[in-house]
Amino acid sequence: MKNKFLGDMKKTTKNNIFTLAICFIAFCVVTTMIMTGSASRHMKSLLVPICINIILTVSLNLVIGFLGELSLGHAGFMSVGAYTGCLFSIYFEEILPIIVRLPLAILFGGLCAAVFGIIVGVPVLRLKGDYLAIVTLAFGEILRSVMINLEFTGGASGLKGTPQDSSFNLGFICVVITLILIMNLVDSKHGRAIMALRDNSIAASAVGINTNKYKLMVFTISAFFAGVAGVIYGHNYSIVTAGTFDYNKSIEILVMVVLGGIGNIRGSVISATFITILPEMLRGYALDDYRMLIYAVVLIVMMLLGTSEKFMFLRYKFSPKRLWSKTKNEVKLRKENI
Amino acid sequence: MALRHKASRKMVSLPTRAIIPEGDVDKRPILETHHLGIDFGGLTAVDDLTLAVGPTEICGLIGPNGAGKTTVFNLLTSVYQPTRGTILIDGYDTKGKTSAQVNKLGIARTFQNIRLFSNMSVIDNVKIGLHNNVRTNILSSFTHSFGYSNVEKVAEQRARELLSFFGMDNLRNTQAGALPYGAQRRLEIVRALATNPGILLLDEPAAGMNPSETVELMENIRRIRDTFQIAVMLIEHDMNLVMGICEGICVLNYGKIIAKGTPDEIKANPKVIEAYLGKKAGN
Amino acid sequence: MNFLSNLISGLSLGSIYALIALGYTMVYGIAKMLNFAHGDIIMVGAFATIVFINNLGLPMIVGVLLSVVVCVVVGVLVERIAYKPLRSSPPLSVLITAIGVSYFLQSLAQVIFGTNQKNFPKFIEITPVHINELTIKGESIVTMTVTFSLMVALSLFISKTKIGKAMRAVSEDKQAAELMGISVNKTITITFAIGSALASVAGSFYGLTYGFIGPYSGSMPGIKAFVAAVFGGIGSIPGAMLGGILLGIIENLAKAYVSTELSDAIVFGVLIVVLLVKPTGLLGKKTNEKV
Repeated sequence: MKNKFLGDMKKTTKNNIFTLAICFIAFCVVTTMIMTGSASRHMKSLLVPICINIILTVSLNLVIGFLGELSLGHAGFMSVGAYTGCLFSIYFEEILPIIVRLPLAILFGGLCAAVFGIIVGVPVLRLKGDYLAIVTLAFGEILRSVMINLEFTGGASGLKGTPQDSSFNLGFICVVITLILIMNLVDSKHGRAIMALRDNSIAASAVGINTNKYKLMVFTISAFFAGVAGVIYGHNYSIVTAGTFDYNKSIEILVMVVLGGIGNIRGSVISATFITILPEMLRGYALDDYRMLIYAVVLIVMMLLGTSEKFMFLRYKFSPKRLWSKTKNEVKLRKENI
Repeated sequence: MALRHKASRKMVSLPTRAIIPEGDVDKRPILETHHLGIDFGGLTAVDDLTLAVGPTEICGLIGPNGAGKTTVFNLLTSVYQPTRGTILIDGYDTKGKTSAQVNKLGIARTFQNIRLFSNMSVIDNVKIGLHNNVRTNILSSFTHSFGYSNVEKVAEQRARELLSFFGMDNLRNTQAGALPYGAQRRLEIVRALATNPGILLLDEPAAGMNPSETVELMENIRRIRDTFQIAVMLIEHDMNLVMGICEGICVLNYGKIIAKGTPDEIKANPKVIEAYLGKKAGN
Repeated sequence: MNFLSNLISGLSLGSIYALIALGYTMVYGIAKMLNFAHGDIIMVGAFATIVFINNLGLPMIVGVLLSVVVCVVVGVLVERIAYKPLRSSPPLSVLITAIGVSYFLQSLAQVIFGTNQKNFPKFIEITPVHINELTIKGESIVTMTVTFSLMVALSLFISKTKIGKAMRAVSEDKQAAELMGISVNKTITITFAIGSALASVAGSFYGLTYGFIGPYSGSMPGIKAFVAAVFGGIGSIPGAMLGGILLGIIENLAKAYVSTELSDAIVFGVLIVVLLVKPTGLLGKKTNEKV
């Protein structure tokens, strides 16, 4: 059973490969379904949003799960990416072939968002906890208001005319690249420094970690990927309106992060997929009116099941894993008690 | 080689007097403070603190509760910026520097209330201590190439060496927060040592330890000094420990130094006795 | 004179924000959670007022008071069902649960009342007061009178009564309060009840000011009040009052003299500037972590 190759690897590396494997398998299954024609149009229309949400969730998880700060302005960075990336594509549509233009648009959108990440990050360094959260929210809302009032962003009616270049393949490639880069980062010297900051910033500083530098770095990286997601978004719907990127969008991403598990990248991937599909799954079952209601109830119940002490105990008591290795656990528990 | 080694410091014949008298400058002290003071609002927490620690000494900072001992550590590590006076670490002024920058100058510390990265494994805690001694750029972290594996290997090896030094190598994959109390204190010391300091500050290292653990700790502190050839400065209430290993002692009361000297001198000093026990009745 | 009347309608709007912000700040101070669903309690209160006054034809005072009862019940139920089991959970899970409750209340209102905005009854008709060229709307006068007296009453309640003392104790140190025989759970429930009652009153006046109420009407004033609470220093009761009033004034002046579309951006911009200068808000306590 024990593969020698796998046996030698670190646990985190194994975990990361497993996460990527899940993505690849899902990709293969979906692609096969599309090719055999068994995928409905409705399902196909959800594929790119799923990819977008995965990138958003994983990048926000970097801030929340690994840096340990609450950001409520992720949609703002996404909007910067969407606008700049789409403007790039609109200007260069005739000049550059798609194979060059699209990656450049994605990179450009991401970098512009990253610049905003720095702009937000610098003042935010002074703040902590809820104060930081409210400032990120405020930045997101300011961005939205400004975008609505600017000429070149198309104002309230939105920016139109972006070529519809996004596809599931593109989304998937971006997801995989995002996952690899972020998982690598987390499992490195820099990632450790970031997590040290989360666990105890005073101690981190005392062992020589420049706390400001790493906070800023995380905000910038996270903003970059949010921008990338924004570019894909813009090229999927061809129209970008500022109203999409309000704090509700940020909160939606936050929900995905928390539901998937704070600091758990695989969980982020799964929950982003699930939350994107869930409201759509409820559509059309004569439940249309109750769709959001059910979504809200599911959200509350999941939180209660996931983190409430009482339910955690029940879950532990009836978990198959525990029942499976009951004897082993009991021995372990007894040992711990001694 | 990715590990940065500080220029080896001159060996110092032992024992030296921990608190180098002013004027005795034949060996450059690793740590000097001159007329250091800090006020919180109207309260003067530390005042006119002048001391020097030789490059390989073990010295103690003692005093009654609330005397300002931990505040001194916080000043030395730039957690607080002093209101008055200067701090020199290895000859460099720490004025305006952050804790992280001061650490790079060669000062490392542990905390009175343990501050580990408790959600991370033991070895990761030590690796974080090695942060500034392992050189990589962000690109290698993102891609896990460009020398990433080499650097990780070096860090892993060094971290395990340090852990083995305290007999903790077998615990390396345990979550730091799940360690027993004594092990957590030891891990804090290992982590501080990983930053390759010139002086190690220990804030009540024996707090909560039983006598046999304290004896082991004393042995460990001596071993640290002898192996790493660094200075150790400690705050401690356990007088057996302080008198047992410190070569020089500095007594603080109400933020001011009331006595400096060897353990024997301190034991005989009436001011110290008074600070701890109060004035004799009718005196 | 125009400036003065803008200032006064800002003060009126601000006092509504202050009432909502009080709920945020009290719950934050005592339960250490951001109750994101608090804004939607306003909406519940406003809808309840509509039902009682328009549909059931109850007199104004009775309608408003009954809507307060409804909100208290909703607030306490929400606390009992959704927040209480999570008392020892990480703050983020509680936050997400609060967001879930917010979605729930919004979609419930949507199911019951439909997506369209409903006309809010003009339950108070007072002729505007004229002082020279200055005109003060009747609603503004009533709003300010009621909200300010509520704020005074709340301050007295917190500082003078036994329950108020218990609330302060719990917000300082839960464990110690519990050891002194204060029931933390009961105190938190009372806090939610008071917060919801204030939100309900705020909802009625918000409806009166704007004239329309929809299922999502609570979220923007909710966010603004949250901003106001942070602005004044979250956890601080005078801070919430000050923050709310300042926010209302800034918003109204920005609308009058800069741009209606950018007024929100200006409000948020001011918040950021204030927090950068005073990282814990105007009246927030500076907490230094002991090393």
